[in-house]
Amino acid sequence: MADTVGTAGAPALFGARNYPAALEWAARRAEAFVIPLAALIVGMALFSVFIALVGKSPVQLYETMWRGGFGSWFSIQNSLSRAAPLLLAALCVALPARLGLVVIGGEGAIVLGGVAAAAIGVAVNGAPAFLVILLMGVAGVVAGGIWVGAVGALRHYRAVNETISSLLMAYIAIALMNHLVEGPLRDPASLNKPSTEPLADAYRIGNIPGMDVHWGLILGIVACVLSWLLIEKTRWGFAARIAGGNVRAAQVQGLAVGPLIVGFTGLAGGFAGLAGMLEVGAVQGSANASLAAGYGYTGILVAFLARHNPLAIIPVAFLLGGIGASGGLIQRRMDLPDATVLVLQGMLFVVILFSETFYGRFKVFNPDLWKRGS
Amino acid sequence: MDATEIGLWGVPLAILGGAIRVSTPFIFVSLGEAITERSGRINLGLEGTLVFGAMTAYAVAVMTGSPWLGLLAAAGAGLCFGLFHGWICKFRGVNDIAIGIALMLFGSGLAFFFGKPFIQPSAPDLPAIAFGGWSDIPQVQAALSVNILFLIGAALAVFLWWAFRNTRAGLIVRVVGDSSDAARAMGLNPNTVRLLATGVGGALAGIGGAYLSLYYPGSWTERISSGQGLMAVALVIFARWNPLGCFAAALLFGGAGALGPALQSVGVTQGYYLFYAAPYILTLIIMIATSSPSRSLAGAPRELSITK
Repeated sequence: MADTVGTAGAPALFGARNYPAALEWAARRAEAFVIPLAALIVGMALFSVFIALVGKSPVQLYETMWRGGFGSWFSIQNSLSRAAPLLLAALCVALPARLGLVVIGGEGAIVLGGVAAAAIGVAVNGAPAFLVILLMGVAGVVAGGIWVGAVGALRHYRAVNETISSLLMAYIAIALMNHLVEGPLRDPASLNKPSTEPLADAYRIGNIPGMDVHWGLILGIVACVLSWLLIEKTRWGFAARIAGGNVRAAQVQGLAVGPLIVGFTGLAGGFAGLAGMLEVGAVQGSANASLAAGYGYTGILVAFLARHNPLAIIPVAFLLGGIGASGGLIQRRMDLPDATVLVLQGMLFVVILFSETFYGRFKVFNPDLWKRGS
Repeated sequence: MDATEIGLWGVPLAILGGAIRVSTPFIFVSLGEAITERSGRINLGLEGTLVFGAMTAYAVAVMTGSPWLGLLAAAGAGLCFGLFHGWICKFRGVNDIAIGIALMLFGSGLAFFFGKPFIQPSAPDLPAIAFGGWSDIPQVQAALSVNILFLIGAALAVFLWWAFRNTRAGLIVRVVGDSSDAARAMGLNPNTVRLLATGVGGALAGIGGAYLSLYYPGSWTERISSGQGLMAVALVIFARWNPLGCFAAALLFGGAGALGPALQSVGVTQGYYLFYAAPYILTLIIMIATSSPSRSLAGAPRELSITK
């Protein structure tokens, strides 16, 4: 995907006289589309075998999954609500991936972003609603950005492996949240489930008009589009791709690799922090242990399935949001454990990573073949 | 002297006992990971293997009534996970770190899937040996009640340290880890060696999981592992791929993990959750202190992706 040129000129290529050129253009892109799709189908087929082995009907399972996740307007809205935090959590993986970094600690940024937003929301209680929500957003972005930006800084300036450190930071973040929510920030009225004080109703983030989906979905999609523009159309994105290919070469070129890494990881963490703020502002109404709901981990899968392309993240997040949303129905209708969805996710993850080995192996996708064929 | 009232002395004692208790899974996972990493691959999926091993051991122990069969089953399950990782990583373009992350999620998912019916029943424990019989103080007895797996882990660390230096198998693993080309020149197939090294690593991680569910904490829950498998990977780097270092580091991490419960037992409840984060913070500090951007780590296998 790194070699794609802008798509703007594509339609002109489809003129009758440019037939071979159009084929070449299509071949170049088909590979990045067909292989992940095939991997998705193979993964689902393997999961069918698994379900059959445990004595259930795969047909019924996929039917239930369709009904629970995509079959009606109600279930689609449910899936979209789940997709909103996944979009942002996936960006937390996809942006650093452009620099060749594997950051898997988005869960920590989500949790701390949520706590920071809840704390600010309660602290400035009484101020105008737009200001409070804005401040909550800033708090979430800053908290998440610092958390993951630190991972990037440690990577560049101390050569600390970012994969391990980001996951350790996520565990520390969850411990910090538990400490704050059960101690200094605890609302004495929350007995069974320790939480921060609830946000005033005026400060809750509402739904998109005509839908039962909160504004976070729009925010997530905008974040994906902006990230795509950042990576594909700006010099920073270009520099990041060079640094991701070879740090030494980038430094020889005079690129400031350190600020680039800290900037990209900071932005990535900021997006995840925003996801936490949305969970507090639109869903939970306060910060509590429900913030660590695993969106950060599903986001890793979303990013890898989308091959770290921010635009591809949008449909993939919807797909996985739907699979997640159908988990409850599968559990009730088919008497399967709630971890069924986790098994499917794990299988898809392994198959999609395995599919990486097929890039460049099929002649059909080789543009040169079509060039010569004209 | 009132034997049950040892006051604040209970804290270091509880940490010592906790270090021995908590460190055992670290020992097995880190020794397994040390073998894998010495062959030039990194398997981050051991966290998932640990959880799946814990579930398998518990389920088999419940069904057969024998903790030893449970242990064996966990090792077998871990072997399968390890072999799978080793096999899939030989393909061009397949990233060992990413596959590890996927297996971490997949192993946990499978364990939760099959482990649901085993959350309620109780399984027989692995036996412990009481080294504290000379004392009448219950805390001392508790601290020195050492599980047999801890002793096996200690012996294994010494054996591996010796074997890496003095046996043909140890040499083969080291050559493959340092240079695939040199290994091929010697007529070795790096992929086969790594397959076996990752398989053995997985089996040891499975044993670590069996210890979790069959001894301490001694029951199967979905929260049985909280990153021990992952910390063990970091610990191997800190220990410079030396099995004896892995053992020492595992004790240190076990002690850090025992800090929270030890303080709680003497009535310190402030910052309870922060003390639980101590092992993660310690791991992070150690990683920061021992990494350097300007020189590569001493003793690092040169084929290892994370230190290249």
